Amino acid sequence: MIAIVDYKAGNLTSVRLALEDLGVPAVVTQDPDAILAADRVIFPGVGAAGAAMDHLTQLGLVSPLRQALDQGKPFLGICLGTQVIFEHSEEDGGVACLGIVPGNVKRFNPSDPLCKIPQMGWNTAEIRRSHPILEDIEDQSEFYFVHSYYPAPADGAHVVAETEYADARFASVIGRDNLVATQFHPERSGRIGLALLANFSRWDGTC
Amino acid sequence: MLTKRIIPCLDIRNRKVTKGVKFQNNIDLGDPVEMAVAYSDGGADELVFYDITASAERRPIDIDMVREIGKVVHIPFAVGGGLQTLDDMYNVLGAGAEKVSVNSLAVENPQVIAEMSRVLGRQNVVLGMDPVKANDPRFPSGYEITTRGFRHHTGMDALEWAKRAEDLGVGEIVVNSVDADGTREGFELTLTKLIATSVGIPVVASGGAGVPQHLVDVFLEAHADAAIVASMVHMGHYTIAAIKDELDRAGVPVRKKW
Repeated sequence: MIAIVDYKAGNLTSVRLALEDLGVPAVVTQDPDAILAADRVIFPGVGAAGAAMDHLTQLGLVSPLRQALDQGKPFLGICLGTQVIFEHSEEDGGVACLGIVPGNVKRFNPSDPLCKIPQMGWNTAEIRRSHPILEDIEDQSEFYFVHSYYPAPADGAHVVAETEYADARFASVIGRDNLVATQFHPERSGRIGLALLANFSRWDGTC
Repeated sequence: MLTKRIIPCLDIRNRKVTKGVKFQNNIDLGDPVEMAVAYSDGGADELVFYDITASAERRPIDIDMVREIGKVVHIPFAVGGGLQTLDDMYNVLGAGAEKVSVNSLAVENPQVIAEMSRVLGRQNVVLGMDPVKANDPRFPSGYEITTRGFRHHTGMDALEWAKRAEDLGVGEIVVNSVDADGTREGFELTLTKLIATSVGIPVVASGGAGVPQHLVDVFLEAHADAAIVASMVHMGHYTIAAIKDELDRAGVPVRKKW
């Protein structure tokens, strides 16, 4: 069973429906016990980092999420979920985040006025190192992105894939031990995105 | 590199995909769920569904249909037509849609955009606009916004409306040219370019796509971020893959693997 963490950070339906289509059992939950009882955790989210951190605190989810990670459960961050695992985000005038992975989240600052913020659409993931959730996924595959901020891990060893936008080259897939996180939305990325989610549903959390 | 999006538009009437010219003489083209899957499998980057009679018939959007699409389509899709309340919109997103699109409702009550942006998230809010050419000093851009299926002239300038909607909180603007709609003679390049170069959010060109070169033009000359196609793909004249091949040859970045 996969626990999809609901912390009032946007619409989780698409993640649930993608897993349903793959035949992977999943539950959308705010319950710390359900998260700790699950085999795997998906930590999604869209919206703003400040509100997300407030909700995580109010719902008492910060320590269950850390526990789930410490237990070695395969853990997948998506979009905003990926951003808040870092130490700090520039969003909302600066927000202290979970600090699970060293690094910060920065705002795109394009020099070209025609470069729109948010980045909205399909962009390429350049795979920097192999990872079980990218099994059978070709280098330079395209995924669906919607975001105005991007993760900048402090340790290059945590970068699994990179993507270019608005004069920035950023980590679009981050991996460390049983944690993997994507800036793009695999649940919105068609057949290739589903393949990534299927890989995650089979992953034992080791690399 | 971020690719340019090709978005098939499916107008829905009585649970069938339909197509007309300037909202008239509609013919039925097929089942929306089947067509959505075919387009998604065929390389469409996103889809948009308009329930074109919901508004006139004063009924809510067909939420069961949205739910069925959400179960089988795993690329982003937007839904519009007949959305009146935030609850309606919330239900559409909860059924699996990525975005909700409003048009007349926002013109009648612009504050609804700010509410939607706050409650649903800016990136989920699309403003559709139906501008028509207007040689009248009241409209500095040269285009006036119409509503209610092009029947009602609002007295609003198209560019001013686009900028105001961005300020109010829309995440994306669809510029659907009344003059070009259904003609298959090419997009409205002048206004699309004017809006695309004046706002900081993505702009989607709509209306008039007949051959792949029209998409090349709207991306390279008018700087659109995405383009809507309808007749040219619904009638089987072109596949999404064929359109992308031609865009690729012209140097427009497109998603090539799916």
